[in-house]
Amino acid sequence: MATATFRIWRGERGQGSFQDYSTEVSAGMVILDAVHQIQAEHAGDLAVRWNCKAGKCGSCSAEINGMPKLMCMTRLNSLPLDKPVTVEPMKAFPHMKDLVTDVSWNYEVKKRIPKFQPRKPDAQDGTWRIAPEDVDRVQEFRKCIECYLCQDVCHVLRDHHMHDEFIGPRFLVYTAALEMHPLDVGDRREELRRQFGVGLCNITKCCTKVCPESITITDNAIIPLKERVVDRFFDPLSKLFRVFSNSKQ
Amino acid sequence: MSEYITHEHDVLIIGAGGAGLRAAVEASAAGVKVAVITKSLLGKAHTVMAEGGVAAAMGNVDDRDNWRVHFSDTMRGGQYLNNWRMAELHAKEAPDRVRELEAWGALFDRTKDGRILQRNFGGHRYPRLAHVGDRTGLEMIRTLQDHGIHLGLDVFMEHTVVTLLKDGGRISGAFGYDRERGRFHVFRAKAVVLATGGIGRAFKITSNSWEYTGDGHSLAYHAGAALMDMEFVQFHPTGMIWPPSVRGILVTEGVRGEGGVLRNRDGERFMFKDIPPLYVNQTATSEEEGWRYTQGDKDAKRPPELLTRDHVARCIRREVREGRGSPHGGVFLDIAWIKEKLPNAPEHIKKKLPSMYHQFKQLADIDITKEPMEVGPTTHYMMGGVKVDADSQMSDVPGLFAAGECGAGLHGANRLGGNSLSDLLVFGKRAGEYSAAFAKENSSGAVNPDALATAEKQALEPFGRQSSENPFAVQHALQDLMQDMVGIVRQENEMMQALERIRELKGRADQVSVDGNREYNAGWHTALDLNNLLTVSEIVTRAALERKESRGAHFRDDYPAKDDQFGKFNIVARKGANGEVQLSREPIPSMREDLRNVIEEMK
Ligand SMILES: Cc1cc2nc3c(=O)[nH]c(=O)nc-3n(C[C@H](O)[C@H](O)[C@H](O)COP(=O)(O)OP(=O)(O)OC[C@H]3O[C@@H](n4cnc5c(N)ncnc54)[C@H](O)[C@@H]3O)c2cc1C
Ligand code: SF4
Ligand code: SF4
Ligand code: FES
Repeated sequence: MATATFRIWRGERGQGSFQDYSTEVSAGMVILDAVHQIQAEHAGDLAVRWNCKAGKCGSCSAEINGMPKLMCMTRLNSLPLDKPVTVEPMKAFPHMKDLVTDVSWNYEVKKRIPKFQPRKPDAQDGTWRIAPEDVDRVQEFRKCIECYLCQDVCHVLRDHHMHDEFIGPRFLVYTAALEMHPLDVGDRREELRRQFGVGLCNITKCCTKVCPESITITDNAIIPLKERVVDRFFDPLSKLFRVFSNSKQ
Repeated sequence: MSEYITHEHDVLIIGAGGAGLRAAVEASAAGVKVAVITKSLLGKAHTVMAEGGVAAAMGNVDDRDNWRVHFSDTMRGGQYLNNWRMAELHAKEAPDRVRELEAWGALFDRTKDGRILQRNFGGHRYPRLAHVGDRTGLEMIRTLQDHGIHLGLDVFMEHTVVTLLKDGGRISGAFGYDRERGRFHVFRAKAVVLATGGIGRAFKITSNSWEYTGDGHSLAYHAGAALMDMEFVQFHPTGMIWPPSVRGILVTEGVRGEGGVLRNRDGERFMFKDIPPLYVNQTATSEEEGWRYTQGDKDAKRPPELLTRDHVARCIRREVREGRGSPHGGVFLDIAWIKEKLPNAPEHIKKKLPSMYHQFKQLADIDITKEPMEVGPTTHYMMGGVKVDADSQMSDVPGLFAAGECGAGLHGANRLGGNSLSDLLVFGKRAGEYSAAFAKENSSGAVNPDALATAEKQALEPFGRQSSENPFAVQHALQDLMQDMVGIVRQENEMMQALERIRELKGRADQVSVDGNREYNAGWHTALDLNNLLTVSEIVTRAALERKESRGAHFRDDYPAKDDQFGKFNIVARKGANGEVQLSREPIPSMREDLRNVIEEMK
């Protein structure tokens, strides 16, 4: 069987170097298989995060030949194997060890986003009736597996390190999912503008390109949020309208 | 004890899947201080992978459904070894638990009139599974996670518990390490809830992740709690089989629920050939009737592809063994054929089964709207687990609770699809409620420093050893062994050999050595997990030897028939005084009369 070389980043807390490992490759293999094989054969202490191996949990994010991807969904036959395949950790978060980064910042950010606030149940049985179309509209955002690849690639975080000013595309998607939830009556526009930094996104769409769930992050989530914020802060008519309407839509 | 980082809580929840998070929400609502520990990051537990849906008799799609039907379906599926009180509570409480999720932000697929949509699934008489496409688990875990983070829970991500701590007979906490630095932590608690999930990693072909090493089962057993029904391991009939690297990854039963059919090499719908007597009255007699059922015709009966998982898995195995399998040793699962029935079939399939479409396209270069999939059985779910009180979920050890997949009772000999997500909600809530009550009524127990020192010493041993035994190699050897000898079809002589080889592997596990330091060291973690895998593998094998009949998920080649005598008891395992596994046959309490009547009525 053929072998291939994997150039894997090894080290702790930012210190380290690439190491080359050769391993056999077989039909259908993904990067995560190769990493596991290397772990079992040559490098027992190689750190890598994974769970589902089916693109469902968002644990195995890394940069493969420089592209942010899920290791479990990246087939070897999609890469040139005549030269070493580089596998390195995400760059927008503090490094822990080998392929693992400290993503705890993301969990802290989520806590700051005002939670779901449903309107009062309106059906006889104490629940809600929701039209299928209203569900369809936000389903896209709810597919997010929290892989943080979009966060990794966004220059506001990756290059400008504005982690205190900007919540990143993942959490703009999350906020959009709450804002457009058919039952939610919360209003997060103030936060979006002042604390979440929606204005810092300059619509480069890099996040959308890497999303393994194909969420149209920029067009469907961020731009509508920007519009809402603009309406709220600069459009006196819509402000007036809001006084008479308890619905956000 | 000063050398360990110490945390104090009222209730300590080990596991952040659906069961653990639901327990945490409930315990914290009761006003006690709660910690949740998880081996991976929050939101990544197994629950996130669940696809098909959560079973709850809401009757939104078919108003003939109610808790009685759900109860009797669950009991029939479990071949009446279930704890009937749990099955009753589960059927009655699941609808409220699902609606509650909606109040916390979950968005299920809808019926035309705006209620929660429910789909067909194996063994459920009516459409009963509330779902979100084929990513129900993601919606569920995200909802619980996002609700939970605003409740002041202390969450310890990427921490692993290696032993439970006791003060005399009762629980007093847990001892573990963090993955990042390999530091040891003492978690003192008045009550502990195990919500650690299953044991699928004991087998080679599995839909389960690295986390499923039977930790909760093993922790409870070594702490003196009883384990029950350990012979019942569910093999899901449809896992991916090709290419080799994806072998075992689940193909949701939802495919069959939406009209997908199983065929052998000759194109035959082989499931029609063998319909078990318990189900004859509920099964379609023609392909046409089966199709009508999947499209919501209330007068039609379900197609045989939607029989219980144990049965479908064995039929697939039979086809393969008898030479009628697909090229890579499975059978064909075809959903593309529905284009004969529906004008917009490809779009319909992509909408109903988006992640299956994606999964096959990306991992196997197969477009499921155009060609059939190749599938075969995969280890999926553990029916057996910690024996608990039905109402409170407390084990034999005071203060130690268990819920979700690591608990036992609800599913008996075989779990119905969708009954796990509902199990997590119903019994996760109960475990949270009762553990909080226990914590309020009891003071903290003491922690024995010697126990900590011993646990630490044992955990660090693999670093000092001068051997070449590799933890991954031992794990792989165990997985091969269990797959071959204690798998879908079992027999006495093979299982006796398996016991012998498990003993040898224990010897090897005691010799494994690991490289590197304690920081995020996969080899070390695998070495520590081996103890749990070996403990549960031995118990599974012994219980399987003890049950000399075939029932539900447990099939014996040497005893292929069901034996009524064996239907009267559960097999229970406890740790004996000398550390050996002690099995007992514990009679099933006779069912309350009203419930017995329900079962009669539904026959
Ligand atoms: C692919 C797939 C699809 C499925 N689809 C369905 C479905 O459609 N419907 C259905 O009802 N069921 C389904 N199931 C089954 C169901 O998803 C699981 O049984 C259920 O999610 C288990 O939940 P849990 O809360 O018990 O455990 P899990 O969600 O597995 O969580 C276990 C938790 O325990 C933690 N843990 C384990 N050991 C330790 C330790 N030593 N120290 C600290 N933490 C620990 C883990 O880190 C994790 O957080 C499916 C399962 C799979 C694998
Ligand atoms: S579109 Fe906005 S959020 Fe996305 S990567 Fe570009 S700047 Fe970042
Ligand atoms: S939006 Fe997409 S890329 Fe970003 S975290 Fe979610 S799934 Fe990952
Ligand atoms: S391991 Fe779950 S997404 Fe890759």
